[in-house]
Amino acid sequence: MFRFVQNSPHTLELIYAATAKALKPFTGVLKPGGKMEKLFVRFERWTKGATFDCRMCGQCVLHSTGMTCPMTCPKELRNGPCGGVRPNGNCEVLPDKPCVWTQGWTRSREMSLYGEEFFHILAPVNRSLKDHSAWIHSLHPELLHPPAGWRQ
Amino acid sequence: MRSGSCLEQVLRAGKFAVTAEMNPPDSADPEAVYERAKVLAPVCDAINATDASGAHVHMSSVGVCALLTRAGFDPIMQVSCRDKNRIAIQGDLLGASAMGVRNVLCLTGDGVQAGDQPEAKPVFDLDSMTLLRTACILRDKGMFLSGRKLDVAPKLFLGAAENPFAPPYDFRPYRLKKKWEAGADFIQTQYCYDLPRLREFMAKVRDLGMHEKLFILIGVGPVRGAKAAEWMRANVPGVWIPDYVIERLKKGGKGEGKRLCVDLIREIREIKGVSGVHIMAFKQEEQVPEIVEEAGLLVRENITAPQ
Repeated sequence: MFRFVQNSPHTLELIYAATAKALKPFTGVLKPGGKMEKLFVRFERWTKGATFDCRMCGQCVLHSTGMTCPMTCPKELRNGPCGGVRPNGNCEVLPDKPCVWTQGWTRSREMSLYGEEFFHILAPVNRSLKDHSAWIHSLHPELLHPPAGWRQ
Repeated sequence: MRSGSCLEQVLRAGKFAVTAEMNPPDSADPEAVYERAKVLAPVCDAINATDASGAHVHMSSVGVCALLTRAGFDPIMQVSCRDKNRIAIQGDLLGASAMGVRNVLCLTGDGVQAGDQPEAKPVFDLDSMTLLRTACILRDKGMFLSGRKLDVAPKLFLGAAENPFAPPYDFRPYRLKKKWEAGADFIQTQYCYDLPRLREFMAKVRDLGMHEKLFILIGVGPVRGAKAAEWMRANVPGVWIPDYVIERLKKGGKGEGKRLCVDLIREIREIKGVSGVHIMAFKQEEQVPEIVEEAGLLVRENITAPQ
C-alpha cells in the first residue's frame, strides 16, 4: 500500500531516529508483556506491514539493512544477498520479484545516518521475539542481546 | 594454523591450491563414494562434500566426510543453512571434527524451489554469515552459541562462498570482507566464466586488502556444450555465463567445454590475489585429472598431510 515510501530511505531513517527519540521517555510504561504491547503490535503490524511488508520478527533492523525488510527475503538472510541473485537483480526463489538485498544496498547508499550499518554483521535472529513489539524491545536493549557466545 | 589440514598447509605454503567438488552418490554404498574420491584425490588438495546442493537430496555431507576421513582423504565439509537449525548445525560441526574433518565451507544454500522436493520446509535459521561466526565461536572461544563451554574445541579451517558474478556487483567485495570479519579463512567462488568481471572484482578485493587476509579459490568447471551452458545459466541459481562463452562452445564442438575450463584456469592463475581454483565438474569427475594436468597444475609440489 505504502511501499513507494521505501524509495525515500533518507526520510525513513529520519522518521526512525525521531521515533526512537520520542519513545525513549516512555521506557518505564512501555514494557514487554504490558498492556501497551498489544496496541503497539497492532500498530506496528499495520504501519510497517503496509510500508515494508513487515513480518513482525520483533527485532527490527530496517535502519541497518537499507530500510528494506530482510525478513521478506525468502531465505530470511540478515547479512546481505545470497549468491543466487539473478543477472537482472531479481530473487533466486521468487524470479518475478527484485532481490530485497539489491534494493537495500541501493537504498542504503542514500542513507547518511545509518547507511554504514549495512556493513555490520548482524546476530542470528532471536526466533522467540516473533510477533512481539520491536519498538518496545528497542527500549529494553537487554532483550535484544545476542546469545552469550556471540557477545563475549 | 587453524586446523593443519592438507588444504591449509598448501595454502599457507604459498602454493596454488586445487580443490574439487565431489558429486555425492544417490546410494547407501560406501564404495560409490570411494570410487569418485579415487578419481579426484590424486590431483587435488581437498575434496568438497556437498550438502544437498541445488536442494537435491543425496548422501549427506557428514556421511560422505565420515567415509572420506576414514580412508585418509582431506574433505571440505559443506554446511548449508537450508535444512538444519542452529542446534543441529553446531552438533554436526562437533561430530564432523571428531571424525577428522578439518575444513568446513559455510553456505546459505539454494532455496528449496531449486530441487525436486520444493514442498519441503526451508529452515534458514542462520545465514552464511552467522553460521561462519558460530563455527568461529566453537573453534576460537570453545563454546556453543549459547555460551555453554565445550570440553574440547573443534579445529577447523573455515571457508565461505562468494559469487562475484551476481548483483549487486559493487557490494560483493564488501560482502567478502564481511565474511572475513565473521571468521572465514578461505573463499570458494561460484563458477567463473566471465574473466573481465572477475578481474574487476579482484581489483576491488585487493583495494580492501582482503587478498592478504583470505585465501581465494575461484570456481571453474567444464560444461558439456552450448546447450548445457544455456540450461545452467537459466536453471542453476547464481551461475552466469556470458553470450560470447556460449558462442565459443557452439563453434568449438566436442571437448570445447574442457578446453575452455583449462584456458580459464590459466588466466585465473595470473590474477593477483588468487590462491587457487575450485573445480566443479558436475557429473564429469573423470575429466578433472585431465583438466588439472592440461592446466599445468600437476607439478605443484604438494606437502603431505600431518598424521
